[in-house]
Amino acid sequence: MKVLAAMSGGVDSAVAAARAVDAGHDVTGVHLALSPKPASHREGARGCCSLEDSRDARRAADVLGIPFYVWDVAERFTTDVVDDFVAEYAAGRTPNPCVRCNERIKFAAVLDRALALGFDAVATGHYARIIGGGLHRAVDGEKDQSYVLAVLRPDQIAAAMFPLGESRKTDVRAEAARRGLAVADKPDSHDICFIPSGDTAGWLRSRLGDAPGEIVDESGAVLGSHGGTYAFTVGQRRGLALTRPAPDGRPRYVLSISPVERTVTVGPLERLDVNRIECGAPTWCGQEPVHDPIPALAQVRAHAEPVQCRARVLDGGLVVDLDDRIAGVAAGQTLVLYDGDRVIGSATIERAA
Amino acid sequence: MAYLDHAATTPMRPEAVDRMAELLGQVGNASSLHAAGRRARRIVEESREAVAAAIGARPSEIVFTSGGTESDNLAIKGLYWARHNADARRRRILVSAVEHHAVLDPAIWIADHAGGELVVLPVDSLGRTAPDALRAAIEAAPDEVAVASAMWANNEVGTVASVAELADVAAEYGVPLHTDAVQAVGSLPVDYAASGAAALTLTGHKLGGPVGVGALVLGRDVECAPLLHGGGQERDVRSGTLDVPAIAAFAVAVELAVKEQAQRAEFLIGLRDDLIRRVREVVPDAQLNGDPAGGSEHRLPGNAHFSFPGCEGDALLMLLDAQGIECSTGSACSAGVARPSHVLLAMGQDEDRAKSSLRFSLGHSSTAADVDALIAAIGPAVERARTAAAR
Repeated sequence: MKVLAAMSGGVDSAVAAARAVDAGHDVTGVHLALSPKPASHREGARGCCSLEDSRDARRAADVLGIPFYVWDVAERFTTDVVDDFVAEYAAGRTPNPCVRCNERIKFAAVLDRALALGFDAVATGHYARIIGGGLHRAVDGEKDQSYVLAVLRPDQIAAAMFPLGESRKTDVRAEAARRGLAVADKPDSHDICFIPSGDTAGWLRSRLGDAPGEIVDESGAVLGSHGGTYAFTVGQRRGLALTRPAPDGRPRYVLSISPVERTVTVGPLERLDVNRIECGAPTWCGQEPVHDPIPALAQVRAHAEPVQCRARVLDGGLVVDLDDRIAGVAAGQTLVLYDGDRVIGSATIERAA
Repeated sequence: MAYLDHAATTPMRPEAVDRMAELLGQVGNASSLHAAGRRARRIVEESREAVAAAIGARPSEIVFTSGGTESDNLAIKGLYWARHNADARRRRILVSAVEHHAVLDPAIWIADHAGGELVVLPVDSLGRTAPDALRAAIEAAPDEVAVASAMWANNEVGTVASVAELADVAAEYGVPLHTDAVQAVGSLPVDYAASGAAALTLTGHKLGGPVGVGALVLGRDVECAPLLHGGGQERDVRSGTLDVPAIAAFAVAVELAVKEQAQRAEFLIGLRDDLIRRVREVVPDAQLNGDPAGGSEHRLPGNAHFSFPGCEGDALLMLLDAQGIECSTGSACSAGVARPSHVLLAMGQDEDRAKSSLRFSLGHSSTAADVDALIAAIGPAVERARTAAAR
């Protein structure tokens, strides 16, 4: 097969490309330029689109003996991922940009272009498995990235290759070293690639400006102030800087965010607990489920513990009833339904109660 | 394999390789006073005489450098500072809009960091700067012009400028004109003295010499401030131990390229015109950029530059590369990301057309088989790239 290997400059995508070569495919390496003005060097473990990363990807392609190109997708990335990220926070929601990038860039813009240019598949360094056309969790549970891939439709999964799904990260690093790939000991990338400083709130402030407001409790009593609701996420405890302690002395958490009124409502942990989650239109990774309700495991954040639930489609949206109440469900995040290790589908969380 | 990117770099002539290899094993700093030094110095001076003779300059006017970028930087910054130091009013730098980045960027840098003022001279749709445009730019403030620069032949679209006419205008006002002749020397008849330019850039690897060596031809009476200070080896304008093997190989290549220029130009024009005709047969809506008159006084003999409507140049390049056809999108890239060419934009093209372009450049080792290979591959590549771009 003609395979396009998306190479970020990290160890995972380099080994994924190497394995695609070993499997006998005709592999071409492509680095996606995501930033219109790439920095020359990486800053610590963050970021993934500096010129240094591009060079690391090129060197890995050299070692593998495959052609290598840089594709400029900065414009699409800015519109579909970065601007969306800003708009979501401005609306009081908590977006997951990696999900959006997979949904709209890697397995949409890039995959479409690859197929049109004559490639049969796109290989990435994601930790997930494709079994019988279905998306499954990776063998390495800690690295599993099926959650951020659950937005893919069956036709996208059919053209995707995840050569690392059966491996553990430590083995991947060892393999990279064995293959003479210089990225073998490069640090893992963390957090949000387009915010290399790691200061999401500061980055959002520079885009959205100061929008001061009040932090209140559920009775409306003012407990403190803030510089902009975009700095908060439902379930957040740190960084509230409340001037008045709770009467019972227990910590308080963000319960809800109202960007229009510019208020952040806080309360005790148990008020975060929800057992009904309403989502937007679901994307099914495989065949649309026939059961109603669908018995499944629901995962509501990138590293959250999956919980038992029953899901059903109502008026085009997904309604999920959890067997037990859980905390920290934020609008804008993705809810993924699993059947064991297999991804059934996903939807964006709209509200929870 | 069809190498159609001679404007990026062209294979070294075997005679230059032999000369360089022979000298790499010999000791001798051309500035040393002993026998080994004198032997090295003699090679440098003979090379200087050979280069000078080949391009109509005097030996004392040849300043050896590390290549085109250094020569361009030396000309722009060196002439700017020398002229500005002589008269502080002189701070305007006049450059044509289609200059190579090695000219444009030092001019922009001086404007941004050293108090200069950048004046970009417009070009017409073929990429030509009208002498009247230069005159108008000088006339706006004749006493304030430090330096002007207009390239002899454009590296992207191959358009040849009327350097002598531009130099005449500059001379009327006592303004030194620099010309980047990197693509011209060896491809076109180039006579420095007859051109009237104050300074001229040439480089080795575009004409069959090694990478990393070139020259700035600098008139004997042209003041130029140095960029590299040190031993003052080259007329006190350029310091650094002379690279004897590279300079000697450069001279061999310049001599050969100039000697064979007329004959090779005739051959390349034939081959290039065949390429253009057949590309248009296969892709009828392909648009030729640059001067459609293909004679040496209009267009570089080996240059063919097309826009392929509805395609992205980088997709086409990749598809052709996979078929063993090597060409260029003709635009600058830092991270390997294709940006629309400033040359095509200056010629009035829109971004889409600029991004849809490819440059095919022929050179001394090109054959009819190279063109055949391109013609066999270009049709399916364009069709596929169009499908991809339409998504």
